[in-house]
Amino acid sequence: MGKSTQNAPAGRQELDAESREWIDGLRATGVDRSRALQRLHDLLLRAARAEAHRRRHLYPEIVGVELDDLCRQAADDAVVAVRAKLDEYRGASRFTTWAYAFAIFEVSVKLRRHAWRRGRIPTADDDATWERLTERAGIMGARVESAELFRALRDAIAEELTPRQRQVFVAVALNDVEIDVVADQLSSTRGAIYKVLHDARAKLRHRLEREGHLGQERAR
Amino acid sequence: MTDNDLTTRLLGTGGEDAGCEGTLARLAEYVEGELSGVEMAELLPAVAKHLRNCPACAEDYGGLVELARVRNI
Repeated sequence: MGKSTQNAPAGRQELDAESREWIDGLRATGVDRSRALQRLHDLLLRAARAEAHRRRHLYPEIVGVELDDLCRQAADDAVVAVRAKLDEYRGASRFTTWAYAFAIFEVSVKLRRHAWRRGRIPTADDDATWERLTERAGIMGARVESAELFRALRDAIAEELTPRQRQVFVAVALNDVEIDVVADQLSSTRGAIYKVLHDARAKLRHRLEREGHLGQERAR
Repeated sequence: MTDNDLTTRLLGTGGEDAGCEGTLARLAEYVEGELSGVEMAELLPAVAKHLRNCPACAEDYGGLVELARVRNI
């Protein structure tokens, strides 16, 4: 058993040879550590580019130097994230898969924010929000009960939510504004904004269930 | 899209949800487990619930599945 696993805290799994090499390199000192960090950056830059390529149909306007710059920023930030969270890596997956997740997260945030940079986030007072939602429900085949549900939902949004919950719910849930864009505009993070959205949804579900607009199966 | 689909999209599914940070922390093991045939939604239900409720994390999950499949990029 290698040093990495011998010193592992309870719950950490034995690492495969490649993952152990990564961890040992990143925990080394001097030139060995510098080499491991450069190798990690190269790996995460390739991961960011691969993910940007996979999403190219979503952001066709971001290409060339602009796209490569975003990928480089994503790789830089992913390396910082991996270093900060290295002690949380428990060997439940290959190290590279674990590290790729940070590169994907960073490049997805940057692509979304960059694509939206000239957009405007709709507000609760925007009647077009409800017109679009009703129209979409009709196009997608939702039943006539949607109109009644939307009226109840609109009342619940106005009466149950805090201003910040309302702002986030209207943008993300009603208008499909990317959560990373909302986080950027509110100087927050995806996780914090998702928590606001989660709490808003819970309040609205309880209100709509109480009023009989949602089935019991949704009460779970 | 049915009424249920629409209300799920708007209101989420309720129940325990790992959140974005909690999901990112376990996404790699979730993906590798799935790729090796393990029913990870049963092992990590709060992560599975989050992936249903959060389109941004679900998209990241899709990307990680691709990279984990390829392995050497």
